[in-house]
Amino acid sequence: MIQIVNVSKQFETKDGTVKALDGVFLTIEDKDIYGIIGMSGAGKSTLVRMMNMLERPTEGQVLVDGVDVGSLSEKELRTLRRSTTMIFQGFHLLMQKNVLQNVAFPLLLEGVGKKEANAKALELLALVGLEEKAKSYPAQLSGGQQQRVAIARALATNPKVLLCDEATSALDPVTTQSILALLRDINESLGVTVILITHQMSVVTGICKHVAILEQGKVAEQGEVTEVFSNPSSEAAKKLVLPQGEEEIDLPEQPNMIRVVFRGAPSLNQPLVTSLARDKGICANIAYASTKGIGGKAYGTIILSFENQEEKEEAIRYFQSAEGVRIEEWNHGR
Amino acid sequence: MADKLFTSETWNIIVTQFPLAIWETVYVTILATAFAYVLGLPLGVILVIGEKDGILPLPAKLMKVLNFLINLLRSIPFLILMILVFPLTRLIVGTVVGTVASIVPLVVAAFPFIARLVESSLREINPNVIEMAQSLGASPWQIITKVLLPESVPSLLSGGAIAITTILGYSAMSGIIGGGGLGKIAINYGYYRYQYAVMIAAVLLLIALVQLFQSVGTNLSVRMDKRTRK
Repeated sequence: MIQIVNVSKQFETKDGTVKALDGVFLTIEDKDIYGIIGMSGAGKSTLVRMMNMLERPTEGQVLVDGVDVGSLSEKELRTLRRSTTMIFQGFHLLMQKNVLQNVAFPLLLEGVGKKEANAKALELLALVGLEEKAKSYPAQLSGGQQQRVAIARALATNPKVLLCDEATSALDPVTTQSILALLRDINESLGVTVILITHQMSVVTGICKHVAILEQGKVAEQGEVTEVFSNPSSEAAKKLVLPQGEEEIDLPEQPNMIRVVFRGAPSLNQPLVTSLARDKGICANIAYASTKGIGGKAYGTIILSFENQEEKEEAIRYFQSAEGVRIEEWNHGR
Repeated sequence: MADKLFTSETWNIIVTQFPLAIWETVYVTILATAFAYVLGLPLGVILVIGEKDGILPLPAKLMKVLNFLINLLRSIPFLILMILVFPLTRLIVGTVVGTVASIVPLVVAAFPFIARLVESSLREINPNVIEMAQSLGASPWQIITKVLLPESVPSLLSGGAIAITTILGYSAMSGIIGGGGLGKIAINYGYYRYQYAVMIAAVLLLIALVQLFQSVGTNLSVRMDKRTRK
């Protein structure tokens, strides 16, 4: 279990003191997949680096299995780091070493013999599906393959916790999904706690069980993913869940438009626009739509335009009976 | 003019003197480079790791002194340095003249230069890779021996080619203090005895040696680099 207790971190810069973290409390249970999401500059990277003491808190404590890791000696810290390993956005492989040597690297640091280290490295490469690339060099691999090598390397010391620092941010959506699937497998089959920091909603909704939303160095909201995203209470959470709500929507000037906002509408199979056409014979034109399903509920915005004033008003009355939906008049430029 | 420039005596000198001179130039250069690396490589490593944000920060004052001394040694002209280090040469070799004695000033002149070359090679390493090694529990010594140096091998090799060719040039100058080799021949026959053909031959050989060392170094550097997709 990792506990972050009232942690603050300040950086001295040329332009004065910057508060990267401000009184953060978090508890991450063993074997969880925990997402920490926030905009860039929210303090995510700093927070995750406190879990292996690559960054030290200015105030507060980081407890790993009840031990205050800030009080560990350099030597004890190295032992901690072998059980709390890390993968990175930029993979950070040794470019002059082949894939096998990269995966064996943490074992050699531990003093394991070369033969034994290579054997273990091969096993791990099989786990991430890259056995046949053992003799290749990182420069010959794709981004997704490089991240797999980095994951194999991070698993070499049999860690209890895997810290992922924007691990999929440099990858395309398809590769991102395959890396997330691999992380889920590792969590399930090896029981490794996975802590992900990301700015991508899809990563959190894709594999995380719990999530904390970080905004300007503070935890805005935390809890189960379905809970937080289906019922966002903080502004930061709403912004993430309903990004369109804040976004400038650029549509041509047109009269008779409405905006349908889904705020946790019961299900995705509530065909509002179609049933409007069927029940009232009104054909709405969808001018803009951006919705997504989180925990089986719909979030997002649709902008509809109508033939005339009467149809628009009829539609507003019709939609008002639908659950979890709010209707607003849409005036261009708001 | 041509037959005056190139006489049978010239040919005679080339045949009898040059093989030894080439050998002396090569071994003085290689030995001096090797000794200079023994001092310059660790010094270059210290310059990188001892910084404020380095993996093993050293007192800022010490770093300032080191940097100042390196710059100081590098700013003394080699001709003057050869004479300035006479006491040191006498202490180590027992004499200040001769081929072996010329190795001492060469090392003194080259090691600060090599420290700078090594420093700039190591600075090319992505700091994130060092953070990665730290995140896996690497000690500072392990980071030096398993990350910093191995990852900068191609760059260190091309730095090595620069170092060895520079030292070769310096070694020719040490003919002044009786250091053997092609430099001595060029000075003794060309400058003191007006045997310009001998001097030109010696210079041509020096050029050939520089080309050889440089291309071997560049080739090795490129061939060792695993960052290219092949």
